[in-house]
Amino acid sequence: MKRKYHHLEGQAGTTARPQTKVRISGAEAVLKCLLAENVDTIFGYPGGAIMPVYDALFHYQDQIRHILPRHEQGAIHAAEGYARVTRKTGVCMATSGPGATNLVTGLCDAILDSTPLVCITGQVARHLLGSDAFQETDVINCTMPVTKWNYQVTKASEIPEVFAKAFYVANSGRPGPVIIDITKNAQLEELVFEYHPRPVVRSYHPLPKPQPEALQEAAKLINEAKKPMILAGHGIQIANAQEVFKAFVEKTGIPLGCTIHGLSSIPSDHPLHMGMLGMHGNYGPNIKQNECDVLIAIGMRFDDRVTGNLSKYAKQAQVIHIEIDPSEINKNVKANVPIISDAKMALEKLLPMVEKKEYPEWVQSFRECYAIEHEKVIAKDMRPNADGRIKMGMVVKEISDQTEGQAVVATDVGQHQMVAARYYCYRNTNQWVSSGGAGTMGFGLPAAFGAKLAQPDREVVAFIGDGGFQMTIQELGMCAQWNVGVKIVLLDNNYLGMVRQWQQLFFDRRYSSVALQNPDFIKIAEGFGVPGKTIEDPAELKEAITEMLAHQGPYLLHVKVEKEENIFPMVPSGHAVDEIVLEK
Amino acid sequence: MTKKYTITVFTENYTGLLSRVVSVFTRRHINIDALTTSKSSIKDIHRFTIVVNVDEKMVEKLVSQIEKQIDVIKAFYYEEEEIVYQEIALYKVPTHVFNNNNRVEHLIRSHNARILEVEPEYIVIEKTGHEHETEALLKDLEKIGIYEFVRSGRVAIVRPMERLNRYLKSLEEAMMEEEV
Repeated sequence: MKRKYHHLEGQAGTTARPQTKVRISGAEAVLKCLLAENVDTIFGYPGGAIMPVYDALFHYQDQIRHILPRHEQGAIHAAEGYARVTRKTGVCMATSGPGATNLVTGLCDAILDSTPLVCITGQVARHLLGSDAFQETDVINCTMPVTKWNYQVTKASEIPEVFAKAFYVANSGRPGPVIIDITKNAQLEELVFEYHPRPVVRSYHPLPKPQPEALQEAAKLINEAKKPMILAGHGIQIANAQEVFKAFVEKTGIPLGCTIHGLSSIPSDHPLHMGMLGMHGNYGPNIKQNECDVLIAIGMRFDDRVTGNLSKYAKQAQVIHIEIDPSEINKNVKANVPIISDAKMALEKLLPMVEKKEYPEWVQSFRECYAIEHEKVIAKDMRPNADGRIKMGMVVKEISDQTEGQAVVATDVGQHQMVAARYYCYRNTNQWVSSGGAGTMGFGLPAAFGAKLAQPDREVVAFIGDGGFQMTIQELGMCAQWNVGVKIVLLDNNYLGMVRQWQQLFFDRRYSSVALQNPDFIKIAEGFGVPGKTIEDPAELKEAITEMLAHQGPYLLHVKVEKEENIFPMVPSGHAVDEIVLEK
Repeated sequence: MTKKYTITVFTENYTGLLSRVVSVFTRRHINIDALTTSKSSIKDIHRFTIVVNVDEKMVEKLVSQIEKQIDVIKAFYYEEEEIVYQEIALYKVPTHVFNNNNRVEHLIRSHNARILEVEPEYIVIEKTGHEHETEALLKDLEKIGIYEFVRSGRVAIVRPMERLNRYLKSLEEAMMEEEV
């Protein structure tokens, strides 16, 4: 069967121009919607129920790039990586049944880390729905709790409207993933295509304006505070509020701690940046949350990994909570002054209302904490252990120095992730691509790929542990096929290190199923066409990193590190933030 | 302290939205005591009435997480004093017990129930009221013999003037403002 394809006149991204009333297939309409939304890349995997869209795609190859991973999970994490560095909506596509269910982990990851995605899944034809047809799964119900919105299209005529709503919902307000499930008949039927982006959705108002009374109250609290502290979250970078945030910090002179996703919202070496919050965050920012008199939380959600034991968290403080998602207000921590707003809007309004101040003694007290942490933790992390084994911190620090704090840092999940968060000096912005809320092992490699594909001019370094690497190791194939120069730093301790650490500390060293028998990683990488090198001598580290960074294309640096290194400081589970321990 | 709260949710009428609203409760392992869906007084707007037994902090969180769902227009929660509500119960009892004595007739009168249908084998009785009232009739009928019992979810009208209309109006104004 021959089908005519009507390419959009002009470039991708032309929207809502009057169009002649030609009829096109639903499958082609999908591509026209994507072009109208300025989508340049799709991460996807074909299969039976999505074949009409793939056939249409064949005719649009010159306008839209399709990346084939080796598993749908790779596609969705790559789309997340793409979205996290560009703040554009990542797009991925899969077939029905297992294709769609393989996206679920990524959806879960994206909703917890507020990452905008539009995922398109094929579905069996409408007349087969509910009949246990081949590769039929109820994708809408499967993905309901892990999507911001989802919708099943059963008629071609619904496609433009549903896509416009999907893109609008995914990347407005608090971003999140959306799934559009399209039955096969809807891909084959014809429609008259007309596209209107950013539709009015009566039930959805993503940009609440900060309330003047709340701003007044917040400014008063801030101006009268003696020991104020800022908690900087992901919302700052999502709202593109980095500049006004820095101005706010510098005018008010208030010290700040970043959440893990707040990293790179302000340079790590800024004099008022006191470090990271959370279970493995820095000493000062953790204990000071239980000392400050005013807590200004910006674009963050008081995750349990940040607050520790809620019943002992910041009880002495007046809390100002700037947050775009109203359901986060009072969810975990009661806000004395809630400001329901985008971080940028709120900070722009607050900036002229706050007084220029400095808190030299208060800031000094954070520095004293840092000195203690340096002596007990950091200095040790920066030198080999007694047996001369490399520590993970040394690797991260050396890469931070050699990339001058400018690289995009992607990570997997576990000990290496905490080390990458703690010891890389973030001097740029939108640099942190990691799985925070979901803690998805296997995230690192495909996410790094997506980030590098989106921004090929930036250095992208992926820190990955030997456990997580083997969860999505097949995506080396995707890196090689597209020659995307991700620098993979495999921090190999031959264990599932974080679990082993917990078993050591809280389960009397009963190491249950955490030791790995690892393959020859370099051989595997070579098999995929990715060169690499293994090192274990600290003396080789500097040069090996230089060599890796100089290499064009993807590269694997396999670093054998100390096997039983523990990550400190640590707020043990169920404890208060000021019960943080520095050593065991 | 936990007590009964009635949540009213106004939504678009889309397939699957009920699951989304319900998942807010199941995620937190909270049982729904009663759930009714119907249209509302406003064209194209659907209405859910949900009864839960939780504390006020929790009901606040539930309502804001329900409102977070994209196709939910607005949700409110009410304490018992703020609403007028009813439930309807149907009882199927054997016909022969009616023939034997007038006890059943007396029961129906005293409970303010009514007979919907009489068949040779069974009789269907209807009772509208609060849960304790429909429950009381059930207890009495159980002593005599009962084939089947079913009770609806709660339907509720709020005593304050309907807040949704006010909300929709303020929304319209805000949208006009945005356009300007």
